[in-house]
Amino acid sequence: MLAIPRDLHDKIVAHARADHPDEACGVLAGPAGSDRPERFIPMTNAARSPTFYEFDSTEQFRVWREMDDHDEEPVVIYHSHTATEAYPSRTDVSYANEPGAHYVLVSTRDPDQAEFRSFRIIEGQVTEEPVTVVE
Amino acid sequence: MAIEVRIPTILRTYTDGAKQVEGAGSTLGELLVDLDAKHSGLRDRLVDDGGLRRFVNVYLNDEDVRFLAGLDTPVKDGDTVTVLPAVAGGAV
Repeated sequence: MLAIPRDLHDKIVAHARADHPDEACGVLAGPAGSDRPERFIPMTNAARSPTFYEFDSTEQFRVWREMDDHDEEPVVIYHSHTATEAYPSRTDVSYANEPGAHYVLVSTRDPDQAEFRSFRIIEGQVTEEPVTVVE
Repeated sequence: MAIEVRIPTILRTYTDGAKQVEGAGSTLGELLVDLDAKHSGLRDRLVDDGGLRRFVNVYLNDEDVRFLAGLDTPVKDGDTVTVLPAVAGGAV
């Protein structure tokens, strides 16, 4: 299950809307081992594409080093799909390399209603999980 | 000669769970061969026929080695090499 504070949920959706039609991507960092997302870290999509995303490698290094220095880990890794459903694609599964993270997908295919779903992706297996938005 | 190599979570199966290992070599390429001798299979996750794998990031201290000399990047005692799998995906 993913328990996510309302403000972080809304920031992710706003980021996805702002970057539409390109895919948006980022991280929610939290204290290592806590499973609590606390810090919103939008990332640059170096691919700047409507159908692909990739973290900029130098930015990723800086963010991962910062998390390590503060004893944090990536609790959520999010990205958006701009014309398809909020479900992990084949490439999403191939490149899911943080087994401890919740993979959040947002779809901005509908201009009025964003889809927000969360998944665990472990060793190539996708398992959807319920999302609880904490007010 | 000791070069510190930081290993990401998904590659720790090759290092018996260690998040940091040590290696030797005067270039990144030599270092990876040295690491593979102690942690069999690790090199293959980082290198393919074309050189460094596309969706794996390797940094020498705080620079992506793609902006240096790739596998030919010189490394020395006291350097830190960090491996981070790229975070990527797409619609398909």
